[in-house]
Amino acid sequence: MTEIEWPLYEVFVRGKRGLNHVHVGSLHAADDEMAVRHARDVYTRRNEGVSIWVVRADAITASSPDEKDPLFAPAGDKVYRHPTFYSIPDDVPHM
Amino acid sequence: MNHHVNDYDADHESVYDGLLGGDASQWAFGTDFEDPLAGMDTSVPAGLDAAELADLCLRLGDDALVYSHRLAEWCSNAPDLEEDIALANIALDLLGQARLLLARAAAASPGLVPVLPEGSPVPVEDRLAFFRDDHDFRNVRFVEPENGDFAVTITRLLLFATHRLAVLERLRAHPDAVLAAIAAKGVKEVAYHRDYGGRWFVTLAQGTDESRRRLLAALETVFPLYDELLATGVADVRDEVEVVVDQVLAVAGVERPDVKPIGGARHTEALSRMLAEMQVVARAHPLGVW
Repeated sequence: MTEIEWPLYEVFVRGKRGLNHVHVGSLHAADDEMAVRHARDVYTRRNEGVSIWVVRADAITASSPDEKDPLFAPAGDKVYRHPTFYSIPDDVPHM
Repeated sequence: MNHHVNDYDADHESVYDGLLGGDASQWAFGTDFEDPLAGMDTSVPAGLDAAELADLCLRLGDDALVYSHRLAEWCSNAPDLEEDIALANIALDLLGQARLLLARAAAASPGLVPVLPEGSPVPVEDRLAFFRDDHDFRNVRFVEPENGDFAVTITRLLLFATHRLAVLERLRAHPDAVLAAIAAKGVKEVAYHRDYGGRWFVTLAQGTDESRRRLLAALETVFPLYDELLATGVADVRDEVEVVVDQVLAVAGVERPDVKPIGGARHTEALSRMLAEMQVVARAHPLGVW
């Protein structure tokens, strides 16, 4: 009997006071609903999450390591793009 | 656990302090666990019979304890890593319920607790779990049999969780505030167990020829003790349980099996074998510190 592998899903969890969903890992599931359940069971069992996103791994388009230099190296020396020359008041959130 | 949060609330300098839960190195491990019974008054409310309350908690607690132990036997044996963890989570939820319920039973009726040698550090709920013999356990036989295959496990879990959810929903209004709080916590947990069991039940029924064959065999295995679960449960919830079970059977497209309920002995032999394994280490070391 041949073993049929379930498709791979990537899992994103938003923490209790986290602002964004954060990639936490991947898992296998037969369909989208099962992937949410599996993510709940595998990745939120220590009280990590209040919201889960799952997406099939084959639906993600990723940059290639070969493109690393043309994509990212040009930003490496543009220090003037960083807002480090401003002082930010303590009560300005989410910066 | 909560002192991190309080520190943060007192001097929140940055929103990220909250994101990190006060300890940047450990935020991924989760935060803010709640102790559902912290600081609760465990005296028995006026008008309630302490022995009856203890008996009720013991029956609910033993159901959870025995079934938790069975489900935990899937650890490292489930069909997939994800199911392995899902079943272990369910087992741990039930173990937590058992711990609270046995502790509640002991507080309401201290005479139930087995006596251990002077100086034993074993807490009361552990004394009830590890130092009673099988004939003193109050659980239904439904939770005792060995797991069988995944289809048998799912079928038993679906029926157990459906029944327990109905019972716990009822007990949220119990006059004992401690039991009511335990039930309220349990409702959220067992609602997920029922959801998990129901989804897999339908999946197996509508899946492959092999999964359906196994599910139909599982019905024949599990249903003979189902009537005992309904008949001897702690509250009469038969009607509402049957509505849910019939719905799931209909969605799954399977008939209720034509099996005779099993009557007879109080416990099955499977329970004594399980307890022998579960209790042997604790009993060998009544003064042990874990």
